[in-house]
Amino acid sequence: MGLAKTRQSPGLLLLLKLETDMATVDAHADDHHHDDHDHPPFIAHHFDDAEQQFDSGKLGIWLFLVTEVLFFSGLFVAYTLYRNHHPEIFQQAHVFLDKYLGGLNTIVLLFSSLTMALAVRSAQLGRNKNCGIYILITMVCASMFLGVKAVEYSHKWDMGIWVRSSWSSDADSLSYGHHEGQLGIAKSLGVSDRLIWLSAIPAVLLAGSLIASVIGFVTKKELFGKFMLAMSVMVGGYFLGAGVGQVYQNVKEGSGDSHEHASLQEQQPMQLLAMTQEDQDHADDDKKSDDADHSHDEEHSHGSEKAEYDKEHPDPETLDRDIGIFFSIYYCMTGLHAIHIIAGIIALAWIYWRCLAGHWRSDYFGPVDYVGLYWHLVDLIWIYLFPLLYLID
Amino acid sequence: MNWQLPLMLAQETTEDLKKRVLETTLEGTTVPDSSIHRGGTSNPFSSEYWFPETASSFAGEVDYLFMGIFWISLVFFVAIVGVMTYFCIKYRRKGDVIDPQPSSSHNTAIEILWSVLPSILLVWMFYVGAESYFNMRIPKEEAEEIQVTASQFNWLFTYPNGDMSNELHLVEGQPVVLRMQSKDVLHSFYVSAFRQKQDIVPGRYTYSYIEPSKAGIYRLSCNEYCGDGHSKMRTAAIVHATHEERQKNTMWIPSDHSPTDNGKRIYQIYCSGCHNIDGKEGTGPPLNKTWGRDVILADKTSAGVADANYVLESIYKPSAKIVEGYGAPGSQSKMNSFEGTLDDDDINHVIEYLKFLQNPSSVSEKTVGELEAEKTANTPEEN
Amino acid sequence: MVDTATKNRIFGTPKSTFLNHVNTISSWMFTLDHKRIGIMYLVGVTLALFLAGVFALVLRTHLFTFDGEMLTNAQYNQMFTLHGAVMVFSFIIPSIPAALGNIVLPMMLGAKDVAFPRMNLMSFYLWIIGTGCLLAAILFGDGLDTGWTFYTPYSIETNTGVVWATFGAFVLGFSSIFTGLNFLVTINTMRAKGQTWFKLPLFLWSLYATSIIQVLATPVLGITLLLLIAEKTMHVGIFDPTYGGDPVLFQHFFWFYSHPAVYIMILPAMGVISELISVYSQKRIFGYSFIAFSSVAIALLGFLVWGHHMFTSGQSQVLTLIFSAITFTVAIPSAVKVFNWLATLYKGSILLNTPMCYALSFIFLFGIGGLTGLFLGALSVDIHLHDTYFVVAHFHFVMVGGTLTALLGGLFHWWPKIFGRMYNDFMGRAFCFLVFAGFNLTFFPQFVMGARGMPRRYATYDPEFLIFHQISTVGAFVLGVGILGAFLVLVYAAFKGPRCGANPFRAASLEWQTSSPPDFHNFIHQPVLNDPYDFDSLVYDEDLETYISREFADPEKVPPKKEPVHH
Repeated sequence: MGLAKTRQSPGLLLLLKLETDMATVDAHADDHHHDDHDHPPFIAHHFDDAEQQFDSGKLGIWLFLVTEVLFFSGLFVAYTLYRNHHPEIFQQAHVFLDKYLGGLNTIVLLFSSLTMALAVRSAQLGRNKNCGIYILITMVCASMFLGVKAVEYSHKWDMGIWVRSSWSSDADSLSYGHHEGQLGIAKSLGVSDRLIWLSAIPAVLLAGSLIASVIGFVTKKELFGKFMLAMSVMVGGYFLGAGVGQVYQNVKEGSGDSHEHASLQEQQPMQLLAMTQEDQDHADDDKKSDDADHSHDEEHSHGSEKAEYDKEHPDPETLDRDIGIFFSIYYCMTGLHAIHIIAGIIALAWIYWRCLAGHWRSDYFGPVDYVGLYWHLVDLIWIYLFPLLYLID
Repeated sequence: MNWQLPLMLAQETTEDLKKRVLETTLEGTTVPDSSIHRGGTSNPFSSEYWFPETASSFAGEVDYLFMGIFWISLVFFVAIVGVMTYFCIKYRRKGDVIDPQPSSSHNTAIEILWSVLPSILLVWMFYVGAESYFNMRIPKEEAEEIQVTASQFNWLFTYPNGDMSNELHLVEGQPVVLRMQSKDVLHSFYVSAFRQKQDIVPGRYTYSYIEPSKAGIYRLSCNEYCGDGHSKMRTAAIVHATHEERQKNTMWIPSDHSPTDNGKRIYQIYCSGCHNIDGKEGTGPPLNKTWGRDVILADKTSAGVADANYVLESIYKPSAKIVEGYGAPGSQSKMNSFEGTLDDDDINHVIEYLKFLQNPSSVSEKTVGELEAEKTANTPEEN
Repeated sequence: MVDTATKNRIFGTPKSTFLNHVNTISSWMFTLDHKRIGIMYLVGVTLALFLAGVFALVLRTHLFTFDGEMLTNAQYNQMFTLHGAVMVFSFIIPSIPAALGNIVLPMMLGAKDVAFPRMNLMSFYLWIIGTGCLLAAILFGDGLDTGWTFYTPYSIETNTGVVWATFGAFVLGFSSIFTGLNFLVTINTMRAKGQTWFKLPLFLWSLYATSIIQVLATPVLGITLLLLIAEKTMHVGIFDPTYGGDPVLFQHFFWFYSHPAVYIMILPAMGVISELISVYSQKRIFGYSFIAFSSVAIALLGFLVWGHHMFTSGQSQVLTLIFSAITFTVAIPSAVKVFNWLATLYKGSILLNTPMCYALSFIFLFGIGGLTGLFLGALSVDIHLHDTYFVVAHFHFVMVGGTLTALLGGLFHWWPKIFGRMYNDFMGRAFCFLVFAGFNLTFFPQFVMGARGMPRRYATYDPEFLIFHQISTVGAFVLGVGILGAFLVLVYAAFKGPRCGANPFRAASLEWQTSSPPDFHNFIHQPVLNDPYDFDSLVYDEDLETYISREFADPEKVPPKKEPVHH
């Protein structure tokens, strides 16, 4: 067809008009291969340029963070309402949370935010090696946080503190009560059984990643070996955190009381609460008293503390029934936060792997930035949780 | 006394309900039948078409606002559909000729106009609605207080003098505050003739307010989904002309009734939501097929004959024995324990009633008062 | 004349369309192409629609007699619960945005895909997992009998598969969040060059508003359902009054999501109708900016009215008053849209084909649905009508009369674009009429029942309601036949219908500037941006058998352009 025909061929006119920014039909036969010079491999096919891709990712991650904030908002609303309804139980209950361990975790997370920011900066400047180191430190901090948290959780479980249902008269409330160690390893380390169980998963991960690392180096897959070595360092952070937390816990117990596991000072109110609960049951219904003999023998030894305690807290009836709501909220909030930390570690591991593979360059560092934003949010949520739960006064 | 289905189990028209309440439940009293009833007219433009009877002080306000919004909506709806139809006919595309006429595609004045004008009507609706809402929610000072206890699937009303009933008995012109409590899940108190509704939330009291304006018998139903027997959780709200007439109907275990009568009353109040007496399976086993019969449990074993101890255990510890077809072996029963609610006398009366259901001639016709007197006469030196 | 080769150079070769690009099972399962994901979504939500529709027919059949002999009460409760849960979470919420929106949105922007194609595919698989968990409640959890609202404490007390179902709804929530997030980013960053916000088709405005709700409200549902699962498994005492919790708090949390969710359902429908009305009357949409902003206004106001589901729940009277007042304000943007659609028809050239019939039926049904909302917004009247059949009728008029009608209208509108084949318009209109008639027959009697005090969720009822229930049941079957027929017409057309051109309906938005079915990458060439409602700029090109932009047409054949009137 000639030019003369274009007048009758509107389609061709359209075609010529658009020739400038067209891609050839053939280029679309396969969507993974582009031969355009201005379309480097790190730009997905559906984006026009790096800027559009970066902006999309950035907006996407910000929106995701908004959904995360709203996700937590339900818990914050529940917290606010119950604190308004029962301010006294929040006053009473928070003493069971150790603000020094919480504070340690706050510092760890703040520090990890700093290293995360440095990692993003390094990626922007194209310094892949620095970026990797900073990401690794961030990951170590994250798993250290989990280690400290594990000590806190297991300590509370040993004291019999679980969610609201632990305090109900018809639930199996005292099954969580003062716990005697069963495991030899726990006894020899002077830690609780539950901490050992909690640490089993990281221990397996540590062993697995070390073995994988060795295999990687032996089979000359340097990259894989290095990555797995870093992962084992990361998991090591958990044991660092758990160790520090446990040492602190032991020192604290040693100074307060000679008991092996939990300090009497902390343990006592819980048991007294349980006792008052049982006393009530006694009065209400004789039949149930058979089940409630768990702490009768302890009653006498703690009699004086009980009187002291009663003086301090004049209304234990309300306290012993609803104090569990505080811990329900505590476990929901910190548990959900811990899940976010774990998700964060996975995301960090992913960008660390790509960092080792040398993917980040000064014109392509989006994912590091996005994971960084996510990490700052997780950090920020903890910054709110810490005073709301640990520093009530 | 007629032995018919208790109120809550029947599916019947409002007219039949009234008839049956008059025959079976009300004692020594008559309640005037109201002339206006549900669907009293076939004219859909009248409030009588849309609403049941009007029997509370604020029911008229609700109807008025409903009809107000009805007419406003109707005018708008007819206008919208009319204009749409007119345009679709007038500007219909004929053949293949596509010739839309040019016209403006925006006109700020007209758009602001049709945003603001309806707003004025909306303000009116809001204002009238809020006004009558407060009439429904703020009780008069002279109101008496009736305690409402809702449970799956029963209503229990406790009056200021301690009387109880499972129908709501009110007095014309006597304002009443209902203090409502649920024993298990959410329920909702609803009497359509009063236009009044309030959820009953476990763990707290909720309140409702009624000033009955007309004597009569009305349907009272649970309006918040509460489980299997939700649609059976219905009873009657009976408005009496005088306080005296009401009192005749609300006395709890009067001594001039036989134990069977009292057993029936207990059954109606506490059991009838889940247990039928016409042999049909409900949430629980039918009670007219219980007394003296073999009980087969969920694990296919027999629990022996249903005797007094079996009845006692079933009422106090419902999960101890699960009857075949009503749950897995060892599962938690759907029934709550009535320990603390029903005392020994109550259980005895229930047993009499169960016997009666099996064989009406087997039970004594003597009243509680007479039996008490006999008992005192026979065993004077027991202590 | 244009030869085939030229045609192919403009619209792509027949082999390069997204339908036959590479056609293996894995090429569909792992596709990142928004059109294919959209079609998979469409198949999925249609199956969910039919499943939930069967539940509806079963329970309507049960209600044909007043003493309910067909099902036990427990079975009836399971039926209405599953009907509601599957319809809401698996069908209505993803229907227009995830199925239709996914296919059309990037093309309307002149983009190759949505911003995050992998997330898009993940959203679909989350839909599968979520729906699977919802249905697993039937298989592994003794069904579900809480009502779709999962109100505590009944949901904690019941032994049915609440944990399965709530987990399913939780996963479906994330599916919805990912779709919304994707759409927000796509509309923000991937518009064609020069496509300003006010050159977006109104469907995109409504999807944008919908996505805002999805992103902001759904996480709250997520945490609520997680807490419910925790309550059910561990008794954390937040919602369960036995352990000191507050059941009304659950209702607040639930409706904080679920009221905005109502707008997730209806806003996209309104967007579809805006497109249909203007295309089939060949008129620029009247009051573009009012319609656009009313979508956003509805989305934002939608966050402030959740309390109107709780007028009788025992919340404070002041709150009740405030919620009632804000509820009435939502009526205004909705009314504005209806008035604007009517004004668009004025002096148009109205083609009464299948999609337009659905659009008109939408205005009729949504009119009733919206106006009856006024009754429920007025406080004292709502006390009487709350949780009666009046409410049931009202929200079905909005959800089915609104959303389902708009979905069908949208499908009939874009079907030729998606599959390149035309459906039988007569059959389409016939079934549209059945849907319309059946729908009214089903739900109109329910208004009367509700006003006369028939509570919802009743397995048995008073005989005086018998005749209304029977009409309703008959209507339900007519409606069922209508919907089934409509889908059969579409499916038949997709495989056997006559081929059609790129733009058979003379629509001016960008998705019509590519071949039907579209190229794998949507456009062979960057489409020419024009005003999405500038129908005067289109002329028919006989060679291409389609409408194209005036500036590329043969000057000799172009009729003189009409001057639009501006005031």
